[in-house]
Amino acid sequence: MNWLARLRPVAFIAVLLIIWQVAIDRHPGQLLPGPWQTLRGIGDLLQHGLLFKYIVASLFRVTWGFLLAAVIAIPLGLTIGWYSRAEMAFNPLVQIFRPISPLAWIPIAILWFGVGDLSSIFLIFIGCFFSLLLTAMSAVHNIPDVYIDVGRNFGLSTPNFIYRVLYPAVAPQLIVGLRITLGIAWLVVVAAEMIAVNSGLGFLIVDARNAGNRYDLVVAAMVIIGIIGLLLDLAMRSLEQVKSFRWGFPEN
Amino acid sequence: MSTQASPPSTSGVKLQMDHVRKTFERDGKSISVLEDINLDVRNGEFICLVGPSGCGKSTMLNVMGGFLSPTSGSVAIDGETVQGPDPRRILVFQERGVFPWLTVEGNIGFGLSKLSDAERKQRTAHYVQLVRLQGFEHSYPSDLSGGMKQRLQVARALAVNPDILYLDEPFGALDSVTRFIMRGELLRIWQTERRTIIFVTHDIDEAVQLADRVVVLSSRPAKIQDVLTIDIEHPRNLSSPRYLELRDQLAQKIGLAYSV
Repeated sequence: MNWLARLRPVAFIAVLLIIWQVAIDRHPGQLLPGPWQTLRGIGDLLQHGLLFKYIVASLFRVTWGFLLAAVIAIPLGLTIGWYSRAEMAFNPLVQIFRPISPLAWIPIAILWFGVGDLSSIFLIFIGCFFSLLLTAMSAVHNIPDVYIDVGRNFGLSTPNFIYRVLYPAVAPQLIVGLRITLGIAWLVVVAAEMIAVNSGLGFLIVDARNAGNRYDLVVAAMVIIGIIGLLLDLAMRSLEQVKSFRWGFPEN
Repeated sequence: MSTQASPPSTSGVKLQMDHVRKTFERDGKSISVLEDINLDVRNGEFICLVGPSGCGKSTMLNVMGGFLSPTSGSVAIDGETVQGPDPRRILVFQERGVFPWLTVEGNIGFGLSKLSDAERKQRTAHYVQLVRLQGFEHSYPSDLSGGMKQRLQVARALAVNPDILYLDEPFGALDSVTRFIMRGELLRIWQTERRTIIFVTHDIDEAVQLADRVVVLSSRPAKIQDVLTIDIEHPRNLSSPRYLELRDQLAQKIGLAYSV
């Protein structure tokens, strides 16, 4: 019964694919390539050795932008959140920067870093940074006072307090924040690659259109982006199962 | 009516509250919560603080524990003024006091990081036994019942060998049967480990069952209204005339008539 339940979403996707194929067969036109064409597009990319090259290029940029943002924003956000005065000073600034789309930074990225990997890594960094900063700030706020009092009662030194109370108390919220932010990073990388570089899945979409209207490749790239996004999310979700984090998540 | 609560015997004074006042500032107004509290607690004594809800019992406990500093007056333990929280006296909270990211073993060993692994293991095992959590050493708090979590919190507190245990309505969130069992457990532990215990409760029966002396606080601002010595040996017979008499006395002092 269990495996049947698991199969249900797969079956649903299969049905949708069939409907898509049937619809394309009945109205052959230029509006959209069918699933079969798309699959052949992916085969083409594989044959030319481009598929993995582009995936690796995109993942490389996401990894660096995302990690840099995490390494800087999380400690900074935890510190700002801990000291209420720092928060009063920083909060308006963060709220001003946060709603600016990372894409608005494209001209500045090109000005500062030129056209290339650095620019797109910077754009991903910007997209992740404010999201993670806010996550970390609010995670500190949400620590129940009891945990802090217990830490004080047992006479922990500051580094010990950070390592043994603060960090484990915020970890589940940080994981949720990292998961959401990784999604943002994956969104931004496609846009960033449309402008600044000549490899990657975002580049593939623009290039396939420009170089001869290969819409089968456009859709192929979209499908691959979706699948990789799903896999990244599953990987982040598996962190929620770690025993010392699991308390922070509802039972499923 | 005496406001100075002096210990009935002459053995060593452990904790001394001297003209303690506490006011909070809220919206520019200052609210007095504790007013001129004077209390001596003997070494090894079991004190219950009772009073109407919201009267400042927890505030008093937090001042004793060093989590809040008195607005005026002082708290001294062994003659030394309390400056802040200290691992020599541990506060047990009503709820959420155990760390959900640590196992039972990890929680009990929380205050023992300075010990060697072998010593910590041994000490942890001892307190697992004492609070009867054998078999749950590797369980996380989310897999424990409310009563087990509170026993775990008491074990974590006792493991660092404190000389005073502050308990802030520790059984307040438990059902009445579990509370009853927990009282027995706490008394058993108190009798084997002999710490000074200061126990906040709003439950009259709980106070008469546990305490050597019950300190009755008035409604806010809290003053010590009365101190009642419970002169019944443990184990206490809950239907003995003396028990019922003391319970009635306490109810009257709190201002409860015994009928519904």
